[in-house]
Amino acid sequence: MIAFIYDKTFEGLLTAVFDAYVRKSFPNVLLAEGEPLPLFCEETVTIYSDKKKADRVWKGLEKKVSKLSLSGLTVSWLSELPEVDMLLFRYIRKALDHSKSIELNFGDPDVLQISKVWKKVSNERLRIMQFLRFQKALDGTYFSAVEPIYNVLPLVLPYLNDRFGDQKWLIYDMRREYGYYYDLKETIEVRFEQKEEHLLSGFLNESLMDKDEKLFQQMWKEYFKTIAIKERINPKLHRQHMPARFWKYMTEKQ
Amino acid sequence: MNETVLEKLKILAESAKYDVSCASSGTSRSGKKGMVGSAAGWGICHSFAEDGRCISLLKIMLTNYCMYDCAYCINRRSNDLPRATLSVTELVDLTIEFYRRNYIEGLFLSSGVVRSPDYTMERLVRVVKDLRLIHRFNGYIHMKSIPGASQELVNEAGLYADRLSVNIEIPNEKSLQTLAPEKDFKSVFAPMRYIQQGVLQSAEERKRFRHAPRFAPAGQSTQMIIGATADTDKDILRLSSALYQRPTMKRVYYSGFIPVNDYDNRLPALKQPPLVRENRLYQADWLLRFYEFKVDEIVNDAYPELDLEVDPKLSWALRNPHMFPVDINKADYELLLRVPGIGVKSAKMIVVSRRYSRLGSEQLKKIGVVMKKAQYFITCHELAMRTVNELTPENVRHILTQKKGRKLDDRQLTIQFQDVL
Repeated sequence: MIAFIYDKTFEGLLTAVFDAYVRKSFPNVLLAEGEPLPLFCEETVTIYSDKKKADRVWKGLEKKVSKLSLSGLTVSWLSELPEVDMLLFRYIRKALDHSKSIELNFGDPDVLQISKVWKKVSNERLRIMQFLRFQKALDGTYFSAVEPIYNVLPLVLPYLNDRFGDQKWLIYDMRREYGYYYDLKETIEVRFEQKEEHLLSGFLNESLMDKDEKLFQQMWKEYFKTIAIKERINPKLHRQHMPARFWKYMTEKQ
Repeated sequence: MNETVLEKLKILAESAKYDVSCASSGTSRSGKKGMVGSAAGWGICHSFAEDGRCISLLKIMLTNYCMYDCAYCINRRSNDLPRATLSVTELVDLTIEFYRRNYIEGLFLSSGVVRSPDYTMERLVRVVKDLRLIHRFNGYIHMKSIPGASQELVNEAGLYADRLSVNIEIPNEKSLQTLAPEKDFKSVFAPMRYIQQGVLQSAEERKRFRHAPRFAPAGQSTQMIIGATADTDKDILRLSSALYQRPTMKRVYYSGFIPVNDYDNRLPALKQPPLVRENRLYQADWLLRFYEFKVDEIVNDAYPELDLEVDPKLSWALRNPHMFPVDINKADYELLLRVPGIGVKSAKMIVVSRRYSRLGSEQLKKIGVVMKKAQYFITCHELAMRTVNELTPENVRHILTQKKGRKLDDRQLTIQFQDVL
C-alpha cells in the first residue's frame, strides 16, 4: 500500500496527481500530516504543494472535461468529506487517462459518486440561500448566522452580492468560525479573534438591533403562522422541505 | 410601521392563504445599481409553512372587502370576518423590509373586488408601479388580474409584474354560474387573452428593438378548485391540457376544496380536503408537461377518474402492458420516460451513460431509478426478470399497493387468531 501525505489543500491534491504521474506510482490513501498510517504501509511519499505543478494538472484537465464538470470538482472539494480527496484523485486520473471525456459515464462508480457529492453540496448551497435570515443592526448592517454541513459560504456569495448589493451585510459560519462582510464596495473574508455575543449565539442582542427590527421579526413570525392552512397541517412534509437543523437560526422558528 | 400593520397583516394573509400559487420562477434578472434585489430564474422557496407548502412570496391581499358572493371563497360578501385594507406605503414597506432580510423572493398581490373590477385593478397596478418605479424594487412580483378588468389595465400591469394570473376556480361554466352567480367564463378568459396578447406582442417588439419593455416575462398561471363540484378528473385535465396549449400558460394549480363556508348547501360537505386526488392531479399535470403524455392517455371516457391507489403513470402502464418490457439499453428517451419508476433525470442519465457501456440493474439503482416499480417494466442486459406480462397487471398492482407493515418472515407460518369477543 502506498500513502501520499499532503497538506489537505486543493492545490496539494493537484500536486499529488502531478507527482504520482512523474513517479508512475499511485497512492491507495491520501493522508494529512500527523494522521496515523494504515496497516501494511509499504511506502509513504510526502507531497509539497506547488502552484506550477497544480496549474499544469488543471490545464490538462481543461482539455479533457468541460468547464461545468471542472467546477463540479471544486464544488465537491468544498464538501470536506473525509473520502472526497481520494475520490477526486481517482476521477482526475480517469479523466486524464481516457482519450474521450468520461464526465457523462454515470455507469462508472467514481463519476457517479462525484456527481452525487456535487449535488449534495449544491443542495446545501441552495438551502443556505433559502433559509438564511438577516437581522438589521443599529448601524444598518444586516447580520446572519448559518451552520451549513458543507463549506458552502463561498458558493453563496454570488447570490448575496447580486441581490443585496445596496445594503451592508455580514454572513457568519458558526461551525467553521469565519464569515464574509460586504461594506457596499467589496466583500472580504473575516475572522474574529474576540467573539462578541452575537457571534456565539447567532442572534443580535436587542440593544444592537435597529429600532424596527423587533417589529418586522414579529410580523414575519405572525405571517408564517397565519399562512399555514389548518386543515392541511403536515409536519412530515414540513420537515422534509425544511430540515430541523436549519431552524436554529431562522427567525420564524424562534 | 406600527402594531396596527401587524393586525392587518394577519387578517389579509389569512384571507390570501387559499391561493395555491407561490412560484417565483420564470424570470431571471441580475441585481442593478440603485435597485433593490434580483430574481433567480428557477425560483427560491424561503420557508415552508407547517402544512408543507412553500413560502416564496409575501402572499397578501390589498384588501379583503369584496362585493362578490362566491360560494367557495372565504372572503365572500356575506361572511362575517374581520376586514382590512393596506395602504400603498404599508404594503411597499412590508415587501421591501421582508425582502432585505431574505424572508421572501417578492410579492404576490391579490385583492377582493371593491366597487368595480376596473377600480380594484387600478389600485393593484398602482402598488406594483410604485414598487418598481419609486422604490426601485427589482425582485419578483406576481399579480392577480381581476376578472372583468379592462385590457388597458392588464396591459399596464404586465409592464411591472413578472407574472399575472387569473383563477378559473371552477372547471365548468355551468357549475361556476351556480357557485359564483356574478362571474362567468368570459370574465375569466378575457384577461387571460389580454395577458397572452401582451406577452406575444412584447416578444415580437423585442425582436426588433432590444430595449422594448418586457411584458409579464414569467407568463401566466391559473388555479382550479377540485372537489367542490361534480366535475371529473377528465374534465379538469382536458381543460388544463387545452390551457397548456396556449403559449404563455406556465402552470395550472389544483387546490383541494376546503369547506370554508360550511353553511352553504350548494357545496359538498367534506370532512377532509381531497388531498390524494389533488396529488394525483399534480402527477398527471407533470405527465402532460414533462413526460410527453397526451391527456387522453391519462384520462378518457373509459377512465374518467384518476386512480387514487396508484400514480397516473403506473396506472397507464398497467392498462398498456403491451408496451413493455422496455429495453433500457436500446429504447428511445420518450419510451424510457414512460416506464414507472424512471423520471426525467434518470432517463437523461441513462441515455448519456449507455453510450459508454451497457447498464445493469445495479447501476440503474445507483442512478436513481426506483427499481421497486421499474423492475416489472424493463429489461437490461441481465437475465430477464418477471415482467408485467408474465405476472399480469393485476398482480403487479397488488404487489405495488400492498400496505407497508412489519415485514413477515415468509419462511414461517402465521397463525390466524380468531377475534374473541
